[in-house]
Amino acid sequence: MGKGKIVAGILAPHPPHLVYAENPPQNEPKAECGWESLRWAYERLRRSLSTLEYDVLIVHSPHWRTNSGTHFLGVPHFKSISVDPVFPNLFRYHYDLKVDVDLAEKICQAAAQDGLETQMMRNKDFRIDYGTIVSCHLTNPEWNKPIVGISSCGAARYFNMDVLQAMMFKLGKATRKAVEESGKRVVLLSSNSLSHRHFTSEPELPEDMSHEHINNHNQYIWDMKMIDLMKRGRSKEIVDVLTDFTEQATAETDSGSLTWMLSALDFPTYPAEVHGYGTVIGTGNAVVEWREANV
Amino acid sequence: MNNVVKGYVLPGLPHLVLTPDANPGWKKVRQAMDRVRDEITALDADVLMIYSTYWPSVIGHQIQARPTPEWVHVDDEFHALGSVPYKLKVDSELAHAYVEAAKARKLQARAIDYHGFPIDTGSVVVSKLINPQNKLPCVIVSSNVYADRAETLVLGKAARDALEKQGKKAVAVIVSSLSNRIHTQKTEPKDDHIHSLKDQEWNLKFLEFLKEGRLEDVSQLSRQFHKEARVNKVANFKPFWWLAALMGQNNLYAGNVMEYQPIYGSGAAVISLTPSDKAARDLEFDESDPDSYSGERNVLGGTGEPALTQEALHE
Repeated sequence: MGKGKIVAGILAPHPPHLVYAENPPQNEPKAECGWESLRWAYERLRRSLSTLEYDVLIVHSPHWRTNSGTHFLGVPHFKSISVDPVFPNLFRYHYDLKVDVDLAEKICQAAAQDGLETQMMRNKDFRIDYGTIVSCHLTNPEWNKPIVGISSCGAARYFNMDVLQAMMFKLGKATRKAVEESGKRVVLLSSNSLSHRHFTSEPELPEDMSHEHINNHNQYIWDMKMIDLMKRGRSKEIVDVLTDFTEQATAETDSGSLTWMLSALDFPTYPAEVHGYGTVIGTGNAVVEWREANV
Repeated sequence: MNNVVKGYVLPGLPHLVLTPDANPGWKKVRQAMDRVRDEITALDADVLMIYSTYWPSVIGHQIQARPTPEWVHVDDEFHALGSVPYKLKVDSELAHAYVEAAKARKLQARAIDYHGFPIDTGSVVVSKLINPQNKLPCVIVSSNVYADRAETLVLGKAARDALEKQGKKAVAVIVSSLSNRIHTQKTEPKDDHIHSLKDQEWNLKFLEFLKEGRLEDVSQLSRQFHKEARVNKVANFKPFWWLAALMGQNNLYAGNVMEYQPIYGSGAAVISLTPSDKAARDLEFDESDPDSYSGERNVLGGTGEPALTQEALHE
């Protein structure tokens, strides 16, 4: 068995609106259109990934929130319906997915050995959160790859962003170590928006794009700053400013997803490919791919 | 006419359903919940009106209206404890009336009626324990993450409007821990304790007030409690605002602290408040008491109507 490798890392935001607007057969509500700039960004991502061989998607989701450490999906197969608790009118998705439990256990173990609190989730009745499902669906709508599902730890609220980031540095490193030992080729998904202040009302027709724009200019400026750093390969600077960004842009990076991914990628210095940016109910979202030239 | 015959403050962690015997304190809380069940059975009420801090919402206020939601619930955090099958009975007619009453008071609100909607852990746990046979139908309202005091007071008043319009009597329930900081590292049940001395002291202060029936005093202290004893996941600590607005913003209650124990580090209290003629205290309060919501949350976006025109500013 050869050495495993993380072959790409993706900033893969999870607004359920994007799945709603795609009208896949798995989702009950149907839309006319909507949020094309982001849906086309995901199309470009899928075209890019179609040139890449990989075995597993590892997704770190803000919407599986745990406060006692980091948890990992530990059941081989899940089949049920996921209803978004915030947007149930848009997302009622019938999922049928496979989990690479062996790899999940390896990451869980590596993280524990590095001093993190970890736990495998073995309850077969557990429902998969919509963050995990949306990011995975938009990246790989065929669902022909198993996933590893990782919860987001609430340490940013319990302590602060610096504590959370210190934990995510370790989790990223443990992920890389476990992947290398597994011999598998893996794509990472950081399932989060950038700025994340929502509007608190929604138009009668949710896909009426005349209502869609960034919640506030401050958020937009911060989003552009972060994307500029991504494009210039300055990932260490991203984590350096992430505490300020998270606070000032109410960013969903408080989940630790992006920090985990950048750490697992060993803080890339090569430029990321920005497939697109758009807003969803006021939040800022970018689809961004990190892939080394020689992969 | 007072449409609320009694109010309760109840914890919602799944330990109470799935493993109450693992810790003597958990068992005491469970036994107190069983006593609440018996009390409710003896009350002359038509419905349980539930506000759950375990159900966050973003698009205004969501009100459960599906007549018989049914599922097998697993908690995101405490999945290892097991699964909780449930089937609830919801007063759908009252839920829709609550939505309309909220809108009439200028709140954003909508009814939720979807198969498989994930009813929150707190609502499931409390319903299983205090209303296991669905003798009373319930209505459950979410806790909006951005809402603050004014909006939550109006939400409580809207609940009262709906009850009055339909001529129904309710038992009001807030599902919430007091301090909500749970252990961040694996802790055996036998080693459970309130997470910190500071949390414990604030819990005891709230319990002292509630034992005396001082609901409005607790309501007024909620902002401070949020800073001192809550993990700041949402804008503020809101349940007592809702309860006070629904039951009456005063201290005219007989309070009974039926139990208080740690559950995985958080403060789990079972408390009843019964309307009374005797005021525990009669303080003056300096906060406003809005009847309809007129707030503007889009303070950063700059796309809303300005609160004051330049002309008005110079008048």
